[in-house]
Order: sequence, then structure tokens, then C-alpha cells
Amino acid sequence: MKTQRSRGMTPAWAVAALAISAGMMVVTGCHKKTSTPPAAMAPTESAAAPTATISADPLSIDLGQAVVLNWRTTNASSVSIDGIGNVQVNGTQTVSPSSSTNFHLVAKGDGGTTDASVRVTVRVPVTPTAPSGEGDMGSDALFHSHVQDIFFDYDSYELRSDAQASVTAAAAYLNANPNIKVLIGGYCDDRGSAEFNITLGENRANAAKQALVAAGVPAGRIRVVSYGKERQFCTEETESCWQQNRRDQFSIDR
Amino acid sequence: MKASRQGLVFTTFSTLLALSILPAAHGQDWNVLETGKSASASTRLAAADLKPTGGAADEAKHTFDATLYADLASAGLFDLVSKSQNPQATPGSQSEMNLGQWAAAPASAAYVAFGNFAAQNGKIVVNGFLDDAKNAQYPQIFTKLYNQDDSAEGARQAAHEFADDIILRLAGTAGIAETKIFYTKKDGLNKEIWMMDYDGANQHQLTHLGAISIGPRVSPDNSRIAFSTLDKNGFQIKVYSLLLGRIVAFSSVGGTNLSPAWAPSGQQLAFSSSRTGDPEIWVSDPAGSLAHRITSFAGPDVSPTWNPKTGAQIAWVSGRSGLPQIYIMDADGSGVIRLTDGGYASSPSWSPNGQFLAFAWDRKYGPGAPGGQDIYVMEIATKKWIQLTHDIGRCDFPSWSPDGRHVVFANDPDGRAEHTRVMSMLADGTQKRALTGAGADMPNWSWK
Repeated sequence: MKTQRSRGMTPAWAVAALAISAGMMVVTGCHKKTSTPPAAMAPTESAAAPTATISADPLSIDLGQAVVLNWRTTNASSVSIDGIGNVQVNGTQTVSPSSSTNFHLVAKGDGGTTDASVRVTVRVPVTPTAPSGEGDMGSDALFHSHVQDIFFDYDSYELRSDAQASVTAAAAYLNANPNIKVLIGGYCDDRGSAEFNITLGENRANAAKQALVAAGVPAGRIRVVSYGKERQFCTEETESCWQQNRRDQFSIDR
Repeated sequence: MKASRQGLVFTTFSTLLALSILPAAHGQDWNVLETGKSASASTRLAAADLKPTGGAADEAKHTFDATLYADLASAGLFDLVSKSQNPQATPGSQSEMNLGQWAAAPASAAYVAFGNFAAQNGKIVVNGFLDDAKNAQYPQIFTKLYNQDDSAEGARQAAHEFADDIILRLAGTAGIAETKIFYTKKDGLNKEIWMMDYDGANQHQLTHLGAISIGPRVSPDNSRIAFSTLDKNGFQIKVYSLLLGRIVAFSSVGGTNLSPAWAPSGQQLAFSSSRTGDPEIWVSDPAGSLAHRITSFAGPDVSPTWNPKTGAQIAWVSGRSGLPQIYIMDADGSGVIRLTDGGYASSPSWSPNGQFLAFAWDRKYGPGAPGGQDIYVMEIATKKWIQLTHDIGRCDFPSWSPDGRHVVFANDPDGRAEHTRVMSMLADGTQKRALTGAGADMPNWSWK
């Protein structure tokens, strides 16, 4: 798919192919964006409309590798690239994105505004559900949809059957996303001794950690912290509230 | 039989030494630990207001009078004469004292504390006297000069010293009027460490860590406080120097580390650490070095307290069999004995004479169970216990006064954790009084 927008009316596909480099064509599914020469495109404007092209080489990398961005513009007085900021009208820059990124260039000139973009695909090791692109640990929402809090019976740190199922699902996700480090917070309900509850919360968090390790998640990716009853999620004196507080809470350990 | 086994009466005068069995006339949970009731009835003591010399009565004099009276009343050792029954004349010296008036009804005092007060050059000077009203020939037991800054704080300090001298002479036991209580206080979402005088006066903040700090325990020499603070890696032990006014080093190596407890030597700390995965009791030096584990059983182990008399035993809380129970062991981890027989037991504090444990206990704990969490005292040798609090809400964190006659504890009157306050009582459960307002928790009484 080629994209090209300018203030002129020229169909994009008429000229876009001119700008496609041989190196880019070997990558299927990724295409360079170009813009057209502006002649006759803006009959109502006296100044020539800017043109812009941006390319990336290579278009697809493994995580941690570098990409050279190369852009050319004409008739532009200011040029910016999202995520990089203002740049010179023509230039190159080496970047190392941590996830697949659209590099979007905007060229402004007396004759109008033109943009161009190129998408660099970053290959993260095989994921069944690809992280949506908020850093290499993925998004919190995606994390929490796969790694869910687990709950305990009162004064117990044994994993219930529902907790076992949650831990199994969590382990599958964590094994498929080896960049994710996880923090397990152990919590207790409001009753009983503050000090005993901290050690109970420690045992709860450790129970989940041991289950994850047994399911193949390296122990080095897991950190446990017990909060006891010092940071309550729910403050009502009801059984449903106590149950919500007797939990292991999982979060990305950024 | 079962009920009488658990009934106790403590009958000694100034220390809790002798035990006898109380027939179970009342419900077993309502038996009373008596700390010298019969002795106090015969020790009728009057405290006269000080006589001001050279000028008008000063605000500090009133503070002194009120503090002295409160100290003597809360000691639980005396039948203190109500001030309305004191003779009208205010003696300021031995020559002005008419003991006949004080020995006669309605005062009927056996002993009289009195004195004179002067404020000069920013100082207060109190001449204190204690007389034996029954000894007409040589009535004076002692007289002593008390010098302090002319301030409310100075007046309270002078009164505490006079009260402790009176208690030492009449009861033969060191008073506690000059002791301190350390505790946590809520500060928004955080908790900081505070201290106050034993009577709740002079409350002031010690730490400003902007974090949740819990469980202060003062060292036997009053130089340092050990406590636990929640940081990125969970709760970690911190030590605050009262001499330097800042945190001093304590090294921890991973896991959660909390509930530090000083050995009576001041040379060791026992605490709970999960550095090897499971929370166990460890012992280290006061800087966290030379740490070694003394328990090894799956499940929570926390809240150690040393036998302050011998330094050779540790009581603590273990969840090794399910709900937390109180255990004792030798300081090397051997000789484990379980003391509580069920329910939910926590927060042990070992009495200064080594014979008793105070702790929090919910004997009917569980979902829907009617149990309440109250303060109990158990005699270690016999596992006999009595209940000290009833129907005043959730109680926790008892801590003995250094004379073994009082217990300070946390009370949550209405189930709202933020309403928790610090209270004190005599070790028989009488004379309960709130020392702080809401937001104070986890009190710890100084060793001296």
C-alpha cells in the first residue's frame, strides 16, 4: 500500500513507483511512501507545493537492530518527523525503535504542507498475541487480560483451583513474552495482625511465583513484594471486600 | 474444671509473682489479674498542691500539680485522696505541715506528698516532701529539690521525677513516669514513627520518611529505634538513632524484613526475614550483620520478642499450623513450645520479669465467627491465661511497661482502621485510658 498526500490532486499511484528503491521491494508488505512532484497540482497557489519522501533501510529489523532513515524534501521551509522532532530538509538518521513504528514526516513550505511516512517493522520473537506497541513489555491492558489477579481463602496462601487456572494462563503468556518482567504484590484483608499479614502476603506472592517457575517462567523475571494490609484495595468491612483484598496482584515490573 | 484451670488472680503487691486459682464464679473470660488491690487499699496517699513562693501561682505550678496527681493515680499502687478531701491549708514546708489534719477524716491519709514552688530566671524550683502521717515523731520520709526549665515540659518532667521518687520509696519499685512510648501515626497514606511521654503528653514526630513505617521497637538503652518501612522491595528494617536524629545503617539482603526486636543486651536484633523465600525468624547484630536463621518451617514466622529477664528465649508468632499461634523457643531455635491452643494469636510482648506474655488473641476467629480480638496475658510456665480487654473493639500490639504493672496497646473502637488509637491500662485490665487520638497504632514502651 502506497500512501501519498499533498495539496495537489495528482493520483498517488501515478508517480509513487518512481521512488521505490530496489532494497525496499524485497520486503513484502511494507512499502515506502512518496509524494508527487507538485507542478500543476495547486493552481490556486503561486508558490510551489513542497514535496517529501522518506525511506528506511532496512524496513524490517529484529529487536535491537538499527534502521537508517533517509528523507528528501523540496520547497519546504520546515520539516519534522514524529517522535524525532524538527529535522533538516534533507537528511539521514539512524534509529533503533523498540517496536514497529510509523515514521511520519511533515514538510511545510510557502506552497503548503506535504507529509510522507514509512513503517519500520520490528520483529519481536514469536508472540501468539503481538504486543500492541507500548514498549517492549507490551501494554498493561494486554498484560492484565492474560495475567489476572488471583484470590485466596482467609489466612491461606495455598493456590485455589481457580487461582491455578489463572496462573497457568499467566505462565503461557509470560513464556510467550520473555521480555516481560512481572511484579507479584501479596495482599491481605483488613483483619488480624499487621505484621502477620505481611508475612502471609509474602507467602501468597511466593506461592504464585513458585507456580509460575514450575510452569517454566524464569525466577529472575519475577519479583515479589508483600504489602500485607497496608495498601487496601477495598476498605469496606464485608466478606466480598475482604475477598478482594486477599489477593496476589500482578503487574509489569517496568 | 476447665473454667477454673484458666482463672487467675495475681496477688503480689508490686510485681506479678504469685498465682492462685480463682474459682470460676464468673465467666472464665472475666477473671481479673490483680496487681496489688489489697495493698493499695492500705496505702492511702494524699498529694497536696504545691505552695507558690514569691509571687502569683504560675502556669507551670498547675501543670506540676496536675501531672503529679495523674502519675500517682495511674500508678495503680495507691488509694489516692481526692483533692476535694484535702485540708484547705497548703503546706509549703515541713514546719507548715499539720499532719493531724491530713491523717484525720475525710483525707485519712497514711502518707502526704507536698512541697513549694518557685519560678525564677527561666527555671522552676520545687522542694518536694513525702511524710508518713502515722509517724508523729519523725514523719519525713524524704525531701528533694527538683530543678527544670520554666515551661510546661519542664514542669511535667519535675512532677514525673517526684512521682517516681515517691513510688520508689513507698512501693519499692521503680516508677515509670519518666518512660516513653513509641508508636506509628498515620500521615495521609503514610505512617511515621512518633514518640510521647508515658501519659500521652508531649507527642511528637521522629521520622519524616514519607512512607509506610510500622512497628517501632526502642533499644534497651533508649538510643535507637528499629522499625520497618515499605519501599520498592517491600518492608525493610530501618534503625533510627535518637542521639543523632537520623537513620543509621541496617543491611538487609533481599526479601521482606520486618518486626525487629531488641535483645535485652542491646547487642542483637531478632526479626522476620523472607530472604530465603519463606518468612523465618533471624537474629543479627544491630547493624544487620552476622544474620542467622533460627526457625525453619514452612509458613509465616514473625513478631519475635525476647525474654527481657534472661535474653535466652524468644516468643513469636507462627502460621506453621494454619492460623497464627504464639510459640516460644530458646534463642538458638531449639526447644520450641506452642503456647496458644487455637484461634488467631498475634503480637506477643514478654513481661519484664520474664514470667508472662501479653498478646492479642481472637479465640473464635473465622468467617462469621463472633470472636473479637482482645488483649490477653498468659503465664508461660502454666499456659494459664486471662483476658484484659472486653467489648471495646479490636485490640492489638500490647507492650509492657518497664515495671511490669502496665500494658499499652492499640485499640480500634469501631472497626475503622484509621480510628485506631493508643491506650494504656494496668496489667489487671483496669484503669484503661486513651493516650492518643485517632491515627496512632503499634505502641512500644521503653525499657526504662
